[in-house]
Amino acid sequence: MFELIGIPPQALFGQMLLGLINGAFYAVLSLGLALIFGLLNVINFTHGAQYMLGAYVAWLLLNFLGINYWLALILAPVVVGAFGILLERLMLRKLYHLDHLYGLLLTFGLALIIEGVFRNLYGISGQSYPVPPVLTGGYNLGFMFLPLYRGWVVFFSLVVCLGTWLVIEKTKLGSYLRAGTENPTLVQAFGINVPRMITLTYGFGVGLAALAGVLAAPIYQVKPTMGADMIIVVFAVVVIGGMGSIMGSVVTGFMLGLLEGLTKVFYPEASNTVIFVVMAVVLLIKPAGLFGKAS
Amino acid sequence: MKRLSRFALATALVLALAVPAMAEVSDGVVKIGVLNDMSGVYSDLCGPGSVEAVKMAVEDFGGKVLGKPIEVVSADHQNKADIGANVANKWIDVDKVDVIVDLPNTAVCLAVQKICQDKNRINLISTGASVILTNKNCSPTGFHWTYDNYALAKGTGTAMVKEGGDTWFFLTADYAFGHDLEKSTAEAVTKSGGKVLGSVRHPFPCNDFSSFLLQAQASKAKVIGLANAGGDTINAVKQAAEFGIVQAGQRLAGLLVFISDIHSLGLKTAQGLVVTTGFYWDLNDETRAWSKKWSARMNGRMPTMAQAGCYSATMHYLKAIQAAGTDEAKAVAKKMREIPVNDFFAKNGKVREDGRMVHDMLLAQVKKPEDSKYPWDYYKILRVIPGDEAYKPISETECPYLLEKK
Repeated sequence: MFELIGIPPQALFGQMLLGLINGAFYAVLSLGLALIFGLLNVINFTHGAQYMLGAYVAWLLLNFLGINYWLALILAPVVVGAFGILLERLMLRKLYHLDHLYGLLLTFGLALIIEGVFRNLYGISGQSYPVPPVLTGGYNLGFMFLPLYRGWVVFFSLVVCLGTWLVIEKTKLGSYLRAGTENPTLVQAFGINVPRMITLTYGFGVGLAALAGVLAAPIYQVKPTMGADMIIVVFAVVVIGGMGSIMGSVVTGFMLGLLEGLTKVFYPEASNTVIFVVMAVVLLIKPAGLFGKAS
Repeated sequence: MKRLSRFALATALVLALAVPAMAEVSDGVVKIGVLNDMSGVYSDLCGPGSVEAVKMAVEDFGGKVLGKPIEVVSADHQNKADIGANVANKWIDVDKVDVIVDLPNTAVCLAVQKICQDKNRINLISTGASVILTNKNCSPTGFHWTYDNYALAKGTGTAMVKEGGDTWFFLTADYAFGHDLEKSTAEAVTKSGGKVLGSVRHPFPCNDFSSFLLQAQASKAKVIGLANAGGDTINAVKQAAEFGIVQAGQRLAGLLVFISDIHSLGLKTAQGLVVTTGFYWDLNDETRAWSKKWSARMNGRMPTMAQAGCYSATMHYLKAIQAAGTDEAKAVAKKMREIPVNDFFAKNGKVREDGRMVHDMLLAQVKKPEDSKYPWDYYKILRVIPGDEAYKPISETECPYLLEKK
């Protein structure tokens, strides 16, 4: 049996698979961020809070209305997406003509407020969300024990990412979106309602964040800070992938999850920082990101 | 007239000189400052609940000591030593605070205890964990009330080895507290005849433990020791259940677990976990009575050992002022060491020369969901660990001022 720097291959495969699972979360979250940045030019700092809202809506649905995981998987993104649309209509819209910084400040402020409200309501330690009965247990793959639920997360995230990419690259609606990103004035001149398209895109991006939140609820503790813990890493993913690049954010999400997983085997102490090291290196060599176009 | 005024002056002088010898409270008020984490990772296990406990102690004492009012103030140190130090300095210099209570986070404890020692004020640590606070970094006016790493490690470590869990692997939070807890537990395990197979240091805080759990699984150790706290412990326990670690025969040992953690995990996930605790609300009629009073003020939650410890420490401090007839720190500290601690929290607790309050600890196991009869019915008490057995013996002290005395 071969060994790689003292690590048996079984352990290595296991860690790579775990890395992919975390990568799935990064991918779905950064996909929403990239989408929003691409069309709205807004750096959506509430993304983490919206991810947390998704998890909390699922938890509230289960505990107060008895609505199960599968329905929550649809309902929570809709509810939180609608909240996003409201946000865009009432606040974000007024900032489009200003510098990026204003959008960033507004969304960051909102994130702090949302997090604070939930901390006040539910405390810091959070709540437990059970794994849906169909997906409990797991398979022994020989080199590791794979919980069924984690397998589902990877599968479902891949479907969502691929679906989004197909819609944007291969459909007429997607072509409007892409055109709107390039030159909104011209697209509007063709009779397409660009402001509405922007609103819906924001709602969809927020919905994706909430979806990731529902996916995460049974794995992590549902708690007010869960988004803040995640958002910084996800921003790094988007920056590495190239701001606004859809495919870039998905591929980078999975890749960095993998890299993080490997770091946990070889030098666990650095697993929190490795993504930022990569970010610094990429920015030095390719400032527009791996998949971004230099402007 | 002149004679009269001279007489008045003389009387005033005598009175002025005589006052310090009588009951003296500086600034006419005893001010208690509760300094802890009000909004961060530890806010559920101490936070506002500790402030409430201190207020209850003041109310139960009668609101006055030596005829002077008692006031409670509180602040959030955000788990940052510099913020904690700033608050402590301002409280003592400007706001005339006499005692600082609670103090989670060892780094903040160290900073604040030093300030209190330099400025001759008392500090009562309840949530802080590290054993160095009454050893290498002890202070004549610093007290450590509820538990410490040594007691937790010894309680849980020894008990698990006795039950056959003689090989250990640690998941350790990569900062001073985690390292200290791992070291103490490893010592306890080795002393009782067990063996440590390895450890992995995870970043703090950490969301995803799966990869570390896999390494722990690969070690084939019988016990996986969680040398971390709060959200990290919660995530580790939750994910261990997900990966079928406990079902596959390995056992988890939570080295620092508060009842608020169990509450948030739920019994289904937490069942079977063996923990050492300084207090359990449902131990006897006295603990239940106090806890229910606290619970009514805290939305039906039940107190953690840290919160209950804040009450006990504050009460003891006030009794010591009464007995000393002054709130001067050294005189109060002396009385605190003389009077035994007897309340719902501790029976015949004793404050040692090094500032450690020695009291009985409890070894508990988290109940199965079907054994839990009412809300917060979480622990089955396996054993009462006598204080002298639980805490580090004073003969092994590294406390500088005690070593000088010898």
